[in-house]
Amino acid sequence: MKQLLILSGKGGTGKTTIASAFIALSDAKAYADCDVDAPNLHLIMAQDLEPERTDYYGMPKAEIDTDKCTECGLCKETCRFDAISKDENFTVDFFACEGCGVCEAICPANAVSLKPTVSGELMLYVDSDRVFSTAQLRMGSGNSGLLVTEVKKRMKTAARPDADLAIIDGSPGIGCPVIASISGVDMVLVVAEPSVSGISDMERIIKTAETFDTKICVCINKHDINPANTGRIEEFCRERGLPLAGKIPFDPEAVTAVNNGQTIVDIDCPSGSAVKEVFRNTMELLFA
Amino acid sequence: MKVAIPVDERHLDSSVCLSFGRAPYFLFYDTTTKETYYLDNSAIENPSGAGIKAAQIIVDHGAKALLTPRCGENAQEVLRKSEVLVYQSIPGTAQENIDAFEAGKLTLLSDFHSGAGRHGR
Amino acid sequence: MEDKSARIAVLSGKGGAGKTLVSVNLAFLSGESVYIDCDVEDPNGHLFFKPDEVSKETVTVKIPVVDESLCNGCRTCVDFCKFDALAFIKNRPYVFENICHSCGGCALLCPEKAIWEKDKVIGEVQSGVSHDVIVSTGIMNIGEASGVPIVKHLLNKDVPKDLPVFIDCPPGSSCIVMESIRDVGFCILVAEPTIFGVHNLSMVYDLVKLFAKPHGVVINKCLFGKNPAEEFCIEKNIPILGRIPFDPELGALNSDAKIAARESERFRELFGSLLETVMEEVQHETTVDS
Repeated sequence: MKQLLILSGKGGTGKTTIASAFIALSDAKAYADCDVDAPNLHLIMAQDLEPERTDYYGMPKAEIDTDKCTECGLCKETCRFDAISKDENFTVDFFACEGCGVCEAICPANAVSLKPTVSGELMLYVDSDRVFSTAQLRMGSGNSGLLVTEVKKRMKTAARPDADLAIIDGSPGIGCPVIASISGVDMVLVVAEPSVSGISDMERIIKTAETFDTKICVCINKHDINPANTGRIEEFCRERGLPLAGKIPFDPEAVTAVNNGQTIVDIDCPSGSAVKEVFRNTMELLFA
Repeated sequence: MKVAIPVDERHLDSSVCLSFGRAPYFLFYDTTTKETYYLDNSAIENPSGAGIKAAQIIVDHGAKALLTPRCGENAQEVLRKSEVLVYQSIPGTAQENIDAFEAGKLTLLSDFHSGAGRHGR
Repeated sequence: MEDKSARIAVLSGKGGAGKTLVSVNLAFLSGESVYIDCDVEDPNGHLFFKPDEVSKETVTVKIPVVDESLCNGCRTCVDFCKFDALAFIKNRPYVFENICHSCGGCALLCPEKAIWEKDKVIGEVQSGVSHDVIVSTGIMNIGEASGVPIVKHLLNKDVPKDLPVFIDCPPGSSCIVMESIRDVGFCILVAEPTIFGVHNLSMVYDLVKLFAKPHGVVINKCLFGKNPAEEFCIEKNIPILGRIPFDPELGALNSDAKIAARESERFRELFGSLLETVMEEVQHETTVDS
């Protein structure tokens, strides 16, 4: 099963819109949404279905047993994250706590312990021939790399043996979750946006992706909002030897489609026609 | 000498796991005594730093070689400094990899991907 | 104590909704004001302001260093570390610096007092001035564990007391966003009028409610037709502070990192009126609180 990952570096470039179009065009039997901080793909691909839900446990966090606490204040003094405060009792700020365990180790009264916490939820949609894996990280949680790995793993495990293509909607940024999503995929499609900030973020994500042994290609979304910047992106790709899979115009009808829970290839619109070309080129490169 | 392999299941016909840090089990094989044992990988639940912990397990068990399809930079750092050689595994079962290793057919892994250094927030 | 009501955070559930567009233009139109960019992984505001005379301060965290002559190989530090930032190699601990969370535990717990801590640079804070706006930007080096220390440094800097402060937050609702809004008096939530936009809006909405922050919504890139974000706000009784229409000219200016309110009379009026509404809401919240 070939895996295609769609990334952008910057948020809001159109990854999910393009990913959903690709899924519709390829009739892919396996897909996943690795943007666990703010998953959106299920809003188009799985509106009326109920998934299997599983709690995801992240870093354990500290809890103070007020019965045992002698209020010596040592935990508050040593906490590097300002996570312990005293109102009526000494309490741990759930969101600031990083689970380092120092308070647990130094408490003279054994009043502090690290407890497992649910820091998100995994969702798996399975029907007779396709699987869709996604997850939502709970607010304030750090470190979504493990959750992303879990989302991909579940997609691969649940996919039917005859599934030949998997499409993965990636997360923005260049951090750990993105690294986790790139690991093991066959190709990365970078969605670029022709703005100054978009170009700078695109360069960072390409540098990150190049450290992996994976094919990379680029497409430009909303290319007509700034033709000069689009030209800059094309030049950048040429200089670096990166294949350009195509360009998609800004299209208000795309918004209408998405708001109706449809992909841009489900209706007749300029972005839909353009994305078909991008899809063709991407598939050619992927299966070459 | 002891050889370690990340595996998907606890038997010699198991496929080699595609991930090292998050493999469910490690197989340890002694080339002298021909004995095998398996260990659950406690690094699997780590939100991050799994590669380092997994490498530590390999080192602590006295393995001198690791056969794996991929390995992160951080894990590789631990292994290299502890003088454990990392070989590129071949597609196939654990047994097939052991046979290939003993026949001198495996090559050293040369490309290490970036590991969990890039923490998210 | 500083007047909390003059500190305004701009958030969105996801990148690309228009946080920087809104915070940069509001700060610009406020005249003398402060703009703080807490999106340390991808700061963009400074590209619009292009501030002069930029001063830089590095931000550091503490990283353990093992004194091998004092270390007796007991492994207490390696076994304690919850992040596996320490490995035990050839009888000595080895530190993985960019996995370390700087909790200080290993140094504290070492029975031989063999671990001390050095300062490691993880990023910097840049400050400058542009159009009467004090522009403060946090930048995190690639590969670091957390941007929270940089946000803390940014928000601890002294600013003139009576100036409005606009804080451009990172996207999402993770711990770094929480740190960015900790001491603000009001939150502007920027949302797109799509089903994605609403889903993302509801996440930051939950966040500001959790932190009991007064808030309002700005809907960006409005077109004709269904507006799910508007429906959401009506349903939840959230004040809509303003609507920014989808406009190719605005898109073009923004993509060239130009401050729209400066370049065009039309946008000066649009953002001017938004600023007025925001300040009214902020004043209203202050009087309600007191």
